[in-house]
Amino acid sequence: MEWMMAVAVGILFTVGVYLILSKTLLRIVLGTSLLTHGVHLLLLTMAGLKKGAAPVLGNEAEAYADPLPQALILTSIVISFGVTAFFFVLAYRAYQAHGTDDMDSVREEEQ
Amino acid sequence: MLHAVILIPFLLAVLIPLVKRIPHLHAGWAVLPVPTLLFAYFLMKVPDIQAGEPTVATVSWMPSLGMDITLVLDGLSLVFALLITGMGALVVLYSIYYLDKRMESIRNFYMYLLMFMGAMLGVVLSDNLMVLYGFWELTSITSFLLIAFWHRRERSRYGALKSMLITVFGGLAMFAGFNLLYVMSGTYSIREIIVQAGQLSAEPMFLPAMLLILLGAFTKSAQFPFHIWLPDAMEAPTPVSAYLHSATMVKAGLYLVARLTPVFAGNLEWFWLVSLVGLVTLLYGSFKAIKQTDLKAMLAFSTVSQLGLIMCLLGLGSAAAFFSGTEESVFYSMATAAAVFHLINHAVFKGTLFMVVGIVDHETNTRDLRKLGGLMSLMPVTFSVALIGAFSMAGLPPFSGFLSKEMFFTAVMDIRQLDIWSTQSWLVLIPVIAWIASVFTFVYSMILVFKTFTGKLQPEKLDKVPHEAPRGLLFSPVLLVSLAVFFAFFPDLLSSSLIEPAVASIQYGLLPPEKSLHVPIHFWHGWTPEIFMTLGVIAAGMLLYRGYGRLRILDREWSGRDSLNRMYDLGLRALEGGSARITNLYMTGSNRNYLLYIFGFFIIALGSTLLGAQGITLGMKDYAPISIYEVAVVAVMLVAAIAVLFAKSRVNAILFTGAVGYMVTLLFVIFRAPDLALTQMIVETVSVILFLLCFKYLPKLKQEKEKEKASFKWLNLILAAGVGLTMTLVALAAMGSSPFAPISEFFLNESYSLAGGKNVVNVILVDFRGFDTLFEIMVLGVASLGIYGLVNLRMEPGAIQVKKSKPAAYWFPLRSNDVILRTMSKGIVLIILTFSLYLFFAGHNHPGGGFIGALMTSAGLILMAISLGIEPVRKFLPVNYRILTAVGLLIAILTAAGSFAFGAPFLSHSFGHFDLPLLGDTELATAVLFDLGVYLAVVGVTMNIIFTIGGDE
Repeated sequence: MEWMMAVAVGILFTVGVYLILSKTLLRIVLGTSLLTHGVHLLLLTMAGLKKGAAPVLGNEAEAYADPLPQALILTSIVISFGVTAFFFVLAYRAYQAHGTDDMDSVREEEQ
Repeated sequence: MLHAVILIPFLLAVLIPLVKRIPHLHAGWAVLPVPTLLFAYFLMKVPDIQAGEPTVATVSWMPSLGMDITLVLDGLSLVFALLITGMGALVVLYSIYYLDKRMESIRNFYMYLLMFMGAMLGVVLSDNLMVLYGFWELTSITSFLLIAFWHRRERSRYGALKSMLITVFGGLAMFAGFNLLYVMSGTYSIREIIVQAGQLSAEPMFLPAMLLILLGAFTKSAQFPFHIWLPDAMEAPTPVSAYLHSATMVKAGLYLVARLTPVFAGNLEWFWLVSLVGLVTLLYGSFKAIKQTDLKAMLAFSTVSQLGLIMCLLGLGSAAAFFSGTEESVFYSMATAAAVFHLINHAVFKGTLFMVVGIVDHETNTRDLRKLGGLMSLMPVTFSVALIGAFSMAGLPPFSGFLSKEMFFTAVMDIRQLDIWSTQSWLVLIPVIAWIASVFTFVYSMILVFKTFTGKLQPEKLDKVPHEAPRGLLFSPVLLVSLAVFFAFFPDLLSSSLIEPAVASIQYGLLPPEKSLHVPIHFWHGWTPEIFMTLGVIAAGMLLYRGYGRLRILDREWSGRDSLNRMYDLGLRALEGGSARITNLYMTGSNRNYLLYIFGFFIIALGSTLLGAQGITLGMKDYAPISIYEVAVVAVMLVAAIAVLFAKSRVNAILFTGAVGYMVTLLFVIFRAPDLALTQMIVETVSVILFLLCFKYLPKLKQEKEKEKASFKWLNLILAAGVGLTMTLVALAAMGSSPFAPISEFFLNESYSLAGGKNVVNVILVDFRGFDTLFEIMVLGVASLGIYGLVNLRMEPGAIQVKKSKPAAYWFPLRSNDVILRTMSKGIVLIILTFSLYLFFAGHNHPGGGFIGALMTSAGLILMAISLGIEPVRKFLPVNYRILTAVGLLIAILTAAGSFAFGAPFLSHSFGHFDLPLLGDTELATAVLFDLGVYLAVVGVTMNIIFTIGGDE
């Protein structure tokens, strides 16, 4: 399982980075989104997978999954939501202002 | 008390903006008491210093580093402190009449001036070299601010930058020198270094330290060839020129040389460097001064020359160190005495002359000698003051400048007797050069006063009719110039009170102990060579002055750019151009390029480290089993992710990304993370709505022209694959080894006993790691405000205004027309909202919590907006979501700070069990209150984002 997740994380990163390197604003924003998913899965995988019950006490389980990465990821999900929203509005305004969502055209216009 | 002396000007500088509240008061009147009182304080110290008892005060600063703020007031410091405060008081008084109080920036002026005063006092009182350095640079900075006071003028900014670059360059060199001294002596204390002076001179780093420190002193005191900043500094208001650039700041270099004389004197290099640089500067400055047609430029070069004179005297005086403890050391120390005396005289006459030039400028609107003339009858008082000042500068009797000039001649004559290096024949040149420079000095002094005040008045060249200056403006120069007369007739008063103690501290330990230093200053020594030299100066000067008119210098346009300045300009331009070229090489402004650097570095640094460290150990741990469902989920996720790459339209790309998110949600379920699954699901939903909202406005299906070249794509692909591979390696490496025991055991064990919650993830968020959460919701709040600002920012150039209220008939852009959805959603929304409240309250013990509850609430509201439009939602919940965010943040912060009331650290939580009616035994924790803040903030943020974007037409 961990093997598969490690490969999956790699692929998510590959796609995310490729999107970020492209010229279109939308693809860049989506790229950051995929990158975030990759990070979350990586964090979770690092702690070891399916090592116990969900970390809600009182389930009378012998072991619980590591709660710390989960707390980190929860924070990250919400933050990345805020960041993605901001990126999107930035892209949207840039499009409004410049009439294009191509990064190179935007840059030429800025200069 | 000494520390207070330095602090008071700074404190007042902070308070100066308050003067604005007092109408009709010139800010200068509020400033004036400070230098006056400080001057009085230092005057009262004179008897102590005379008795040879320096005042020492120490405040411990960084004892571990041996850094203390030790202030010492000895003879040398006292002379400077009196100059700083005395001239400060007179200049402030003068400026009150010189600067218009209605000027908006006048308070800035006094703030800078006070800061300078404090810093300069710090320079001359500090015993610690590092403290001295700090104050030293502070004087450069305040000088920069004051020169650029009229910052709209290009010349002002140029002059300010030039002075700053040159003096700070020297300052940094000096800093290095100080550190070398520290390395050699093990202390930053000047007094302790002096004690070790004998051993230091054998160190290999002694000479570099000396050169570096001299570089600092020479740049600050405008010695050749670093003098070029001083004429350009004349763009400052005249009171500043009088104060900083003639009386005090430019003398900091002299102070440093004098202060460190006990360390370095007795070295050949020191003697020659200080004397010769001073001598060259003296000659060069006086020669250049003659050629100036701008009165202030003339005074600037005159200042350069006079600073050179004093520097030269300090160098000559250091010869005393060769004869330590003998009669001869007293003999050569007279040069040092002349230096101190001339230092005081220079402040007096140059201050006077600057103020006179300021008056002339004020009354005629020009400082150009070609336009001036014949002002004597119109401004008799100013003329008299100028005459005395100029005569004192020229070294004519019966003014104090004559006395110090005579002592200077004595010193240069005496130095010929120095016969320790058999260089006597060369030493003869010193008096010759000194004499020539004195002739030049005589000439420009005469030009200054007579070209301005005698001759023919040229009213047609003046903007206004000149009058005698108001009394307030005249007060300071008259007082100063009377000092020039007073010192001339009672020099012994000055000699015994200030000069002798100052010389004693400069020539510390060099004089024979049984013999106290006595500096006799007399008008008349009989027919000595010095008298003949002065007479010669007068005669030659008269001739040159007569002939000077024929040189037609006044007719020449003042081009003013000599080769040194050109070198500075060219050098600066080359530096700026060069660094811009290098920077532009990689700072292309293209986001992609920067990302290429970042990712490239990432792959190389992390990937190579991982491979090199052999950190990847495979198959060492028991891996979790794989079921077919999991494979399916991961496969779908990856296919969706790759599909994003090939999506032909925006909507498809967005939906594919959403699919990836939902698959991640499923993985969270599989991996026993219910909180994450809940959060991810709602966030994904809200995000997709947000994406669609934003891109609804883009043209329907503008063909995404991927016109990139193949090489572009291949590079991207290689880089992306590299990053992916590196991350896979990271994941494998992290799984393969765990050198530390995980700390999560603590959370699992203590969650219930310490925080009273069973949902460990939630307990970590609101209790154990509450600080993170607090900052997180702040970041979210900032992001949502940023979005609000971006959307409502009007794009008209220059105008930023927030939109007015929206028209009432306004529909949510994604509003559905589906009748079934509209009917169903009313009920569903209620269920969702109720469920969200449950999630919130259950959060401490079951999956849920503030974040999840808030996101669920938002999702419900958004569904409502989609089916019914924004207005019904607004009526249903008439809330300003930005205020809601603020309230949430406030609750969170107050809860966190509330623990202070119980003497507990920030964010301490408490819980207990209460028997409530109806609910029975209920557990209440303050963490729930904190979570409420999180809940409200997140609802506010999410709804603000969605409604802001949705509400934009």
